[in-house]
Amino acid sequence: MNLAETPFDFVTASYLTRIGNQSAGTLAELLTGLEHCSDASIFHHTFQTLGTHHFLTEGFSNDFAQWTHSSTNRNDLAEQLAALDIRDYTSIAALRSDLCRVVRDFCEAQPQFASQSGLERFYFCESVEVTVPLGHSARNLDEFREGLTHLSHAAFYFHFISSRLRLQLQTNDFSHWLSASLGLRTLADSINHIDVYTNTLDSARAKMLRLIDRERKKV
Amino acid sequence: MTEALLASRIPLENYAGVVGAGEIEELRALAKPLRNRSIEMINSTAVGGGVAEILNRLVPLAEELDLSIRWDVMQGAEEFFDVTKSFHNALHGEPYQAKPRDFEVFLSYNEQNRATLPLDAEFVVIHDPQPAALIDARQPGSNHWVWRCHIDLSHPNRAVWDFLEKFVSRYDGAMFSSPEFSRQLPIPQYLFYPAIDPLSEKNCPLDSEFIQQVLHRYQIDPQRPILTQISRFDRLKDPVGVIRAYRIVKRYFDCQLVLAGGSASDDPEGALVLKEVLRAAEHDPDIKILELPAWAPLEVNALQRASTIVVQKSLREGFGLTVSEALWKKKPVVASAVGGIPAQIIHKHTGLLAHSVEGTAYQIRFLLSHPEIAAKLGEHGHEHVKENFLITQKLKRYLALFLMLDRRL
Repeated sequence: MNLAETPFDFVTASYLTRIGNQSAGTLAELLTGLEHCSDASIFHHTFQTLGTHHFLTEGFSNDFAQWTHSSTNRNDLAEQLAALDIRDYTSIAALRSDLCRVVRDFCEAQPQFASQSGLERFYFCESVEVTVPLGHSARNLDEFREGLTHLSHAAFYFHFISSRLRLQLQTNDFSHWLSASLGLRTLADSINHIDVYTNTLDSARAKMLRLIDRERKKV
Repeated sequence: MTEALLASRIPLENYAGVVGAGEIEELRALAKPLRNRSIEMINSTAVGGGVAEILNRLVPLAEELDLSIRWDVMQGAEEFFDVTKSFHNALHGEPYQAKPRDFEVFLSYNEQNRATLPLDAEFVVIHDPQPAALIDARQPGSNHWVWRCHIDLSHPNRAVWDFLEKFVSRYDGAMFSSPEFSRQLPIPQYLFYPAIDPLSEKNCPLDSEFIQQVLHRYQIDPQRPILTQISRFDRLKDPVGVIRAYRIVKRYFDCQLVLAGGSASDDPEGALVLKEVLRAAEHDPDIKILELPAWAPLEVNALQRASTIVVQKSLREGFGLTVSEALWKKKPVVASAVGGIPAQIIHKHTGLLAHSVEGTAYQIRFLLSHPEIAAKLGEHGHEHVKENFLITQKLKRYLALFLMLDRRL
């Protein structure tokens, strides 16, 4: 069994939600908010929401889409916002740009809806990330599997989803290490292709464990 | 004596069966850098009310993580609590003409408590307005102070808020139950949800035999749909509106309505509302109006578990933890989009939101017609509570807050 020179250090992250000073009652105000809110706010309402609401595997992918759907009843716009896949982005700037483009295009095409008040206001919040090491690491696939099995949702989310931004690559901590440190590129790719939108964190982990077990049988 | 005595202890390990061993390991990892660091929680009552209930659960769990935590209750005479009760209602938006004497009383009792409370912990957490002026005891740069506000400040009485704001602005941060409740302040504001304890008597699993006994005791038919609202008899909970919604539903479904709340005997306003509710019920045998004893957690638990649909048709709400209690029991919930309820009910995902009597009735009818959708909402609701509104999550949020303050993130 391959032994990595650099171990995989399991870390966990806890998130505090900081309430911002901006809110939106209309789609036009949502656009203004999207243009001016902090990067941490864009992260919170897209990446972080995917972690806290991972159990919803249909019709819900970010807070902007959900608010547009439930408060303004503009399902066409909600669908477009929900279709933005955070896995396609390696920077918040690019994600913000696309969110703004989608809302701006809609408001320009259908100005009668841009200033219509929603049922509830949208409050822009931010995530403040606090990370701590879990105190265990892996040097081979068996140890990695063992560590993966016992991770909390937050720790799994940190390594599997929010890591994309940290790495500024279209991959995640697990795949990055499996490929770079153990040379298991096929396994790394398969793990990276697990759909975070149609799986819960638990079902994504179960798929990952099955892929690892298949790999272990090859050895 | 100011230190609160804890009512009961449930070992942290017992929660592993509910949230998973990984979550407990994570709590331990987050607490490790805070081991033996001192924390002081201060509120104004040791028993009764949601804050005391949460601290009763939170403090022993934090102790198990080797945090040096204490919970102190500020002392005051009747005149102080009369003033703070008026402040509380005024901050909720009720009309109130503050007199200079009220502010003097408030400041005087805060000063007295500054002389008796330790207030020297590394992290001091002040709960709600009553002890807010204790911040005067803080030495510059000495320790971290945060203010946890459990009430709705979205439409506060100007005079009372202006008075309080001078103190709140000097904290290192403020925590609110909903973004809607936050204010324009020069300090960081955080979202801190209240939480339920999945192992408490109000939320723990129950034998079906006990549930049947409770239904039998209150003459509720288990064979027909049961709509339930658990709340005190308060106009802001709109019990009469619930009856009106039930009557619309009743045209289509042979259902029953249970309105269960604490006894109204020692609450003049509650007694009035109860009369209104009884009048609105018009002796309908399928409307059960239950005045439960002041603390009947097992009965509440059983009624929620026996319900087909749980309703929370509040006109205004702080957070509305009864919604989380019902969701935890995998019940489909129809609730008003007020206060902290939209945080718990993600419309069409973890429940259904409504904005009127007719809307409430429509959503109930929809769920009675589509039990498979109702079941799915209940399942998702349970997961939502597990992820966001359990006492273990609340503890995690506090640990993250202390770490953040310590690292000055």
